[in-house]
Amino acid sequence: MTRLLAAGHRGLLVECDDLPQVMALHRTLEEARAGGALPGVVDLVPAARTVLVTFDDTSSHSRVAEALASLDVRAADHERPDHEVEVAVTYDGDDLDEVARLSGLSVEEVVRRHGAATYRVAFTGFAPGFAYLVGGDAALVVPRRGTPRTRVPRGSVALAGEFTGIYPQEGPGGWQLIGRTEAPLWDLDRQPPALLAPGTRVRFTRRDP
Amino acid sequence: MIEVLRAGPLTTLQDLGRPGLAHLGVGRSGAVDRPSLRLANRLVGNPEGAPALETTFGGLVLRFTEAATVAVTGAPAPLCVDGRAHAGCTPVTVRAGQVLELGMPTRGVRTYLALRGGVACELVLGSAATDLLSRLGPAPLRDGDTVELGRPAGPMPGVDHAAVAPLPDEVVLRAVPGPRADWFTDDSLTRLGRAAYEVTAASDRIGLRLEGPALTRGRTHELPSEGIVEGAVQVPPDGRPVIFLADHPVTGGYPVVAVVHPEDVPLAAQARPGQPLRFALQRPLL
Repeated sequence: MTRLLAAGHRGLLVECDDLPQVMALHRTLEEARAGGALPGVVDLVPAARTVLVTFDDTSSHSRVAEALASLDVRAADHERPDHEVEVAVTYDGDDLDEVARLSGLSVEEVVRRHGAATYRVAFTGFAPGFAYLVGGDAALVVPRRGTPRTRVPRGSVALAGEFTGIYPQEGPGGWQLIGRTEAPLWDLDRQPPALLAPGTRVRFTRRDP
Repeated sequence: MIEVLRAGPLTTLQDLGRPGLAHLGVGRSGAVDRPSLRLANRLVGNPEGAPALETTFGGLVLRFTEAATVAVTGAPAPLCVDGRAHAGCTPVTVRAGQVLELGMPTRGVRTYLALRGGVACELVLGSAATDLLSRLGPAPLRDGDTVELGRPAGPMPGVDHAAVAPLPDEVVLRAVPGPRADWFTDDSLTRLGRAAYEVTAASDRIGLRLEGPALTRGRTHELPSEGIVEGAVQVPPDGRPVIFLADHPVTGGYPVVAVVHPEDVPLAAQARPGQPLRFALQRPLL
């Protein structure tokens, strides 16, 4: 990790070099907390380059910083082989042609490459259960749409930058839609309610329309 | 049972929210002015985090079909039971058949009404809070809704009146720079500490939107989204700061120039549109 930044009196923002380091640090912190090593810590929020650690008034910046210094992040295995999810996708998204054009591939090749990769949930955000998945084919790195849609259907599988995301509920969005899934991404009666929590491995399987 | 005759501009059920779920994309939510919620519950002998009603600019009219003990805290608003005025910050007994009216607050925005026994409702992820950003928890109250009383969990407290500091004319919020103060020009930071801002009508449970001097970015490239804390002062492209409150997004892609002191967040939560607001910038914490 490179830098520790105060995010107010009850937060410490840990800046990492890259996304794999974020994922390793988040996993290590979760394990440390489960082992009781992070008393007073409320939330561990991984994002693209940072992990935010928030704490209550029984902890402090220096206590969290000390705990961080004592962690062996490198040794952490940030993959969870026991935690793999298969998501069946119908590849008929409205932006499939555009993604093919941007990547210089045929639609069939876009679909083949997207389904061939193994993904991991790097972090969540934007909406409950919305996961940012990494590990996709480098040829499928495409920009967001120039104009976001005001309505993206629930279950849409979409691309933006290095990420694949799935919209857990209907809402606005600017990602390139390549398909849809009926996987139960967000279920309040399940523990945890999010199907895709940070660290989860994901495989996409192709489903015919 | 309680019948909602008029729900007012926005009345929601709130407790202390859903801390600890941000990694799943779920924010804390809960009462924006937590000390006032806690006090209202203490006054009627509830656990501090029991679900209570959070009103926005009052306007709430309730008919009680059974007797209840209530307490009103937060933004001071006229409270009447069957037309008779009662004080805030003290337990009030309502008899079966009586109508309670909570008027427009004279100061502040959010008035809390706690009911002895709390409110019986289905919890979502352990909380009764309505999160207007994530659309979690019960919908805001509507005219004609009914509210079920919970069961008292403890004895009534010995105190019958709580003294609270009056809400100020000008809101002054202590704030510490960072985590992204270095993304702004030096004079922007100076401006943040000296400028007179005004709270705008676009403010809500997600954040307090301010009108006033714009802050200028020194670094103009895109910030990768990062975790956000309550009280964060985020600066969108127009340069006008937003102070994040209970229903704030879990992550955000605009830089956070400073964070309001946790003890001053309730003051921000009670700041009214048009009210002057200043930041008292403190030394960086790290």
